[in-house]
Amino acid sequence: MTPEWILEFIEFISQPWPWWVAGPMIALIMFILLFFGKEFGMSANFRVMCAADGAGDLADFFKFDWKSQGWNLLVALGAVFGGYLAARHFTPVDGNIAHVSAATVESLQELGFNFEEGHVPLIPEFYDWKALFTMRGLLVIVVGGFLVGFGARYAGGCTSGHAISGMSALQLGSMYAVVGFFAGGLFMTHVIFPLIFG
Amino acid sequence: MRMSRYIIVGILFGITLYKSEAISWFRIYEMFHFQSFHMYGIILSAIAIGIIVVQFIKKVHLKSLEGKEITIQDKDTNWKRYIFGGFIFGLGWALAGICPGPMFILLGSGYTVLIVFLLAAMTGTFLYGYFRGKLPH
Repeated sequence: MTPEWILEFIEFISQPWPWWVAGPMIALIMFILLFFGKEFGMSANFRVMCAADGAGDLADFFKFDWKSQGWNLLVALGAVFGGYLAARHFTPVDGNIAHVSAATVESLQELGFNFEEGHVPLIPEFYDWKALFTMRGLLVIVVGGFLVGFGARYAGGCTSGHAISGMSALQLGSMYAVVGFFAGGLFMTHVIFPLIFG
Repeated sequence: MRMSRYIIVGILFGITLYKSEAISWFRIYEMFHFQSFHMYGIILSAIAIGIIVVQFIKKVHLKSLEGKEITIQDKDTNWKRYIFGGFIFGLGWALAGICPGPMFILLGSGYTVLIVFLLAAMTGTFLYGYFRGKLPH
């Protein structure tokens, strides 16, 4: 039998985490990696994966000692395990729900999602193989992935590398990048979404 | 054993972003509509504590586990690559509701279709690397 206190602990961490738990945890993760002599940045893994597949033969950008970046692939692998644990073993009592605001539920309804308040799923139904045969699914997964991969490397980092690591180190470049992230995100959400989802 | 510590950091990262709902398309949508403080709270509190952490590291010349002084490389400050690249990244971030960290986390939660997202992201990264000399930086 699992001891009572372990079950209680699992129940405790299975609740949705408020921002003031998640933010400090992310700062802690950044600190741990700095303490290990590394820098927190997830999108660098895409470059490592390209290099590991031999992209160095085609572009100099991928000619670097990618094996020295193996640690970052392990962080990514850990994130995969973490996602598995959270989704399978730390489910909150009301299920995998996104606890978004009433205003968000309303704007989602305007966009054509039939959600009631308190019933917005955590994950949209278009993260599915079948969705690849719909225009929306194809845009979200293939075009979305392409833009994320291209943009992150062009900008030299993503949310973890620039918004967290770079801003914490007061890097001007990272501030520009975050301005770019938000400009792009706002343009997509407010100008392009009505065309895709409408 | 020495490498397993990175896996543990990754697990911690995965659970944190999953349990705080930062991996949710709907949370990203909400953020870009300014309809909740939640995502801003996560990012801003991480940065606020991060700034204190980095200042502390610099002040006490903290050494890493391997005994070397921790240094953080300054990024170059020419704005072009950050604004152009950042804008393109932002388009994808809002469209897919996923940035690179959450992609790995969601793959682990069972959304195997995101392998296609990963391949698309690698294609994007590769094309950037290939055409890099022709892009303004």
